[in-house]
Amino acid sequence: MKKTTVIATGVAVIAALTGCAANEVATDQSTPPPASASHTATRLTGTIDAGGSSAQTAAHEAWRAGFQASQPEVTVNYDPTGSGTGRQNFTDGGYVLAGTDEPLAIDHVAGPFAACAPGSALVEIPAYVSAIAIGFNLDGVASLTLDATLIARIFSGEITRWNDPAIVAANPQVGLPDLGITAIHRSDKSGTTHNFTDYLAQAAGSAWPYPVAQTWPSQLSGEAAEKTQGVRQAIIATPGAIGYLDASQAQGMGSVVVGAGEKAVAHSAQAAAAAVGASPLEQGRSTTDVVVALNRTLTDGQSYPIVLVSYLVACGTYADPDVGQLVKSYLGHVVSEAGQQEAAKHAGSSPITADPTLSGLVAKAVAGIH
Amino acid sequence: MSSLILADRPGRMENAAATGFKMTVTGASALVAVALSGVGVFLIVSSAPAFTAHADQLPLAAPTLWALAGPLVFGSIWSSTLALAIALPLGVGVGLYITWYAPRRLAGLLAAMIDTLAAIPSVVYGLWGLMCLAPVMSGVYDWAARWLGWFPLFAGTASSTGRTIGTGALVLAIMILPIIAALCREVFQRAPAAGVEAALGLGATRWEMIRLAVLPWAGSGIVSAGLLGLGRALGETMAIAMVVSPAPFFVGWSVITSANPNTVAAFIAQFFPEAHQVEVAALIGLGLIMFGITLLVNAVGRRLADGRQGQR
Repeated sequence: MKKTTVIATGVAVIAALTGCAANEVATDQSTPPPASASHTATRLTGTIDAGGSSAQTAAHEAWRAGFQASQPEVTVNYDPTGSGTGRQNFTDGGYVLAGTDEPLAIDHVAGPFAACAPGSALVEIPAYVSAIAIGFNLDGVASLTLDATLIARIFSGEITRWNDPAIVAANPQVGLPDLGITAIHRSDKSGTTHNFTDYLAQAAGSAWPYPVAQTWPSQLSGEAAEKTQGVRQAIIATPGAIGYLDASQAQGMGSVVVGAGEKAVAHSAQAAAAAVGASPLEQGRSTTDVVVALNRTLTDGQSYPIVLVSYLVACGTYADPDVGQLVKSYLGHVVSEAGQQEAAKHAGSSPITADPTLSGLVAKAVAGIH
Repeated sequence: MSSLILADRPGRMENAAATGFKMTVTGASALVAVALSGVGVFLIVSSAPAFTAHADQLPLAAPTLWALAGPLVFGSIWSSTLALAIALPLGVGVGLYITWYAPRRLAGLLAAMIDTLAAIPSVVYGLWGLMCLAPVMSGVYDWAARWLGWFPLFAGTASSTGRTIGTGALVLAIMILPIIAALCREVFQRAPAAGVEAALGLGATRWEMIRLAVLPWAGSGIVSAGLLGLGRALGETMAIAMVVSPAPFFVGWSVITSANPNTVAAFIAQFFPEAHQVEVAALIGLGLIMFGITLLVNAVGRRLADGRQGQR
């Protein structure tokens, strides 16, 4: 008797914490599904309160539009508060779904998470994959081949001029000017910086002795700019500038073809997906906790190593089954071929469906949500 | 005459209205006190964990909150001081021109233009600074580095993007100019007519008249104008965050290099979106420190303004 009261109160508190979503949820089984409904036969109503990684913002706009074509009664709120806040709010129950550029640490996977039923598994899926381009501004030069060591030496300020013998040797056909290099990094905390420094740490060896972090190493100088648009603006406005930024924003500038081993790969959605597909899954996680341990030292000539993988975090079992239905339905759309193509078109991401093994695992994890 | 009698002996209705009005204005004033102390209490309570945090919990892996705050406070004060040094003489000049030199029609137009300048959102100033001013300034900085490099302000290698604390201070100066100019104009207009006429009557030139009859009288007003401008510059976030290329823990006087001190407000804006747990407390702690500095600056400014008034 007492126990039931406690559980009921707990559920009520969770419902209150998840905002209005839980109260508004009502599945309407009687309405016949529209012809276009491909993901579920049921027409759902309710609100999904999600948030986190700002990298996923544009992708969620695309997914929301596609999802609402078949589920017009479901409201999806995605608040780009940043990955850390997203994970925090998911833990506290503010969000029922969180986007994060860094997967949850293994010792946090067990929870507890306020929106999940007690003992629920955690669902974590790579939903958004995007290449990080290295753009530069050199008059008349559209592409340069640089390997990880050269990139590390440029961004650590060791190579300071474009006609440095090391760059010339790697690009014998290109006429490189006698111009100073302005290396631009992000001034804010960002998943892009985390992935870029992780690439350098993995692939550049002793040329990059600095920490892997969301903020640029404080012992290095160089020019800093705010957010992706700040970096883009600084590259475009400054002859001799070079910087890393999301590939979807790297038009209108030269871009680096990244050398790995004997080969070199230009950034593209396919090459980014190939890098994710060729990387192993992180060990020690459950089957629904799909985390890729990115291998950025591949030399197959097809994988572009500087990739950002952003995850969506959900409950395996929701405390409120109606919320579970909503999230399952939405995530089903996100990881579908159609959803991934929408994001690719709208946000310039790389569809994870390019790799059947990975997308199979992800689809299975989503199908288990209830 | 009759209205005077009415005022002496208020009717019951008017009495009630007067009481109501008094309560309303008292309430409004009380609200200011409540809001200020509310913000203070919020800052103290939510930043408490940051003051005892370890190095790996703080942004930029700073050893203590003070180590993080020091360079940022320096950046805030340095950029605002530079901005004030540029804007205050300009603002006083503009105010004097509008009140004593400009033809009446032009004065009205100028005043309207200055008020419009004040209405532009800071993010627009940031965009302008980033896209227009910075590329232009990079040429100026190159020149300054070559010929004025011996002077500490222009020491070091010039930034090739022009996104320095100097450019940031210029943008700030333009942002605070309207406040300073508008207040100065008001103060100069209110210079006692007797003194002005006496000076002119004794054959003083316009400049002598201003020096003798306007400026001494306007001293405390100019200080207040400068303080209001300084307050806006200290708290400005977007323009600095967008324009300046900051280096972590950097403290230095040069206004032309790629490495620049960051400001408290810009740092909070840049790190809050991805901050969590103790980092959030640390950012709020930075806000608390800035809150204290603003109070201090205001108190000092008031003393200065009062002191000047006393001399008069």
